[in-house]
Amino acid sequence: MSAEKTENLSWIDKRFPLTETWRAHLSEYFAPKNLNFWSFFGSLAILTLVMQIVTGIWLAMNYKPDATLAFASVEYIMRDVDWGWLIRYMHSTGASAFFIVIYMHMFRALLWGSYRKPRELLWMIGVVIYLAMMATAFFGYLLPWGQMSYWGAQVIVNLFAAVPVIGDDLSVWVRGDYVISDATLNRFFAFHFLLPFVLVGLVFLHIVALHHVGSNNPDGIEIKQGPKGNRWSDKAPADGIPFHPYYTVKDLMGVVVFLALFSVVMFFMPTFGGIFLEAPNFQPANPMQTPPHIAPVWYFTPFYAMLRAIPPMWNSQFPGVVVMFGAILILFALPWLDRSPAKSMRYKGPIFKVATAVFAVSFVMLAWLGMQPASDFYTLLSQIFTGLYFAFFLLMPIYSSIDKTKPVPERVTS
Amino acid sequence: MRKVIIAALLLLAPGLLLASETAHLENADIDLRDQASLQRGAKYFVNYCMGCHSLQYMRYNRLAKDLGIDTVSLRENLLFGDAKAGDLMTKSMRDEDALKWFGVVPPDLTLVTRWRSPDWVYTYLKSFYLDDTRPYGVNNVLFPLVGMPDVLGDLQGKQEAIMSPPHEPGGEPMVTGVKLIEQGSLSPEEFDSMVRDITAFLTYAGEPIQLERQRLGFYVLLFLGLLFIPAYLLKKEFWRDVH
Repeated sequence: MSAEKTENLSWIDKRFPLTETWRAHLSEYFAPKNLNFWSFFGSLAILTLVMQIVTGIWLAMNYKPDATLAFASVEYIMRDVDWGWLIRYMHSTGASAFFIVIYMHMFRALLWGSYRKPRELLWMIGVVIYLAMMATAFFGYLLPWGQMSYWGAQVIVNLFAAVPVIGDDLSVWVRGDYVISDATLNRFFAFHFLLPFVLVGLVFLHIVALHHVGSNNPDGIEIKQGPKGNRWSDKAPADGIPFHPYYTVKDLMGVVVFLALFSVVMFFMPTFGGIFLEAPNFQPANPMQTPPHIAPVWYFTPFYAMLRAIPPMWNSQFPGVVVMFGAILILFALPWLDRSPAKSMRYKGPIFKVATAVFAVSFVMLAWLGMQPASDFYTLLSQIFTGLYFAFFLLMPIYSSIDKTKPVPERVTS
Repeated sequence: MRKVIIAALLLLAPGLLLASETAHLENADIDLRDQASLQRGAKYFVNYCMGCHSLQYMRYNRLAKDLGIDTVSLRENLLFGDAKAGDLMTKSMRDEDALKWFGVVPPDLTLVTRWRSPDWVYTYLKSFYLDDTRPYGVNNVLFPLVGMPDVLGDLQGKQEAIMSPPHEPGGEPMVTGVKLIEQGSLSPEEFDSMVRDITAFLTYAGEPIQLERQRLGFYVLLFLGLLFIPAYLLKKEFWRDVH
């Protein structure tokens, strides 16, 4: 580095911890050397978030949050705005991609035991991020003002009406009207624009927490507690390598593969067979005509299936709503439910492995069931899988403590 | 672990078998690269459909550009009344008249192939049959009690419903299909080809960019494929000293 550059840098460093931050979080942040495929999804989640924000802002330049203009403004973007179709498809494909990435990221945490001590807060911030993401997606889905946007929002806002005593007032307060209307569209647009920036703040906290406790790895071993000293520093964990350049170049490779898969969907099947962009949403919202079959977008359907699985009790849908939100809120308790001596799935016993597989299958089946029209048989299936979903969490303190674990090695394996 | 994964996949299998059956639709077999077909479709649409159905998100000049129609042909064949080349393709019928005449406002058809499907549109246009109980004397297999008259009836001819016995005793007989009883001015093959052209044109109108999108997608994938090579080599080079 030239003398002049060093001088400029030290001028900045005296006023802002640039070099120090770079070192602490990139070039001297020591991540375990054995991270595998599953660790790509963290950086991919940041990439998709940034992509959604950038494309979202560009869409907002031509979108009209007005019940009489919204639908036509989306078609205007698709047809008359230069590259508008590309920006719109990036955003609509990006929404689904974001959820796929996050579901993989969460499943990775489950496999590696990344919610366990000392990462409980890291995990809980993650669950808050997931909730904020779901809210953002829910608000955003109304904006195209298609039939599914309208009736999907109607169904979900009606969930608030199921809350005892205050329900009706609450749902009117959320909508700003007695039905989904222009007032609802306006406020949903405002929130859809705001929440992504809240997400950025939460992601910042998530990374602060991560870098404080250190990254987990497929073995679930704390490298900070292992021997010290590697080629870069004699105080750093022996099994750690600097995040930059090792994981930046590795993640770059992951990004290229991800973008290729993303492009296959975006350029060749942007509706993804009616799953990413649902066919009824190409019809403008019509408050007078209920579509024959209303289902939320795929990333909400596991919870929607749970809602429909619970029969009304005491003339109220409220129990179903409680179960649905309970399915997400129970994630907060996960760090204290797992009593296994081993952190990673690699060293956990057969019961935990089977339980996790059953849980994963239940989640996928619920997602599928949530897309189907209701029938007695499907309701029964939904009830069974809802039961299995909750059993995975509620029985965990028992099966995780009686399970036969394998011995956990001292050092990470490669 | 592998056994667990296989068991999990087997557990998923019944779900795949439950996939629902959809109503029988004929394959429209359209080709969006066949500009002559799209041009004919545009002509048929403007002449037979646009009196009642708009394409309100589609502009005439965009259509002309994409379908290879020059300005003179556009003006002579597609622009009627005081329509300008840059206008959206709106209809001339007023909504209040439509309500009086048909009981409904005929829907805009710009996106019809996206919320139905090309096959649906193709089959629908071929599925009108005589029914004395309806105000215009026709009904449709795919869209029972449809308000639309059989606009293409003179070309296709008259069709009769094929009825199947009711599912339960005393129930209504079911319409399962149609058969031609009197040929119109076109042969069945000519009519199929005309309906195919209209369907192809409407599929184009549903997303005018679709061919261009796929063309670009090819180059984007090619670029990413090439970019993967240095990304992979870079990773391999750096990680040499970790392994």
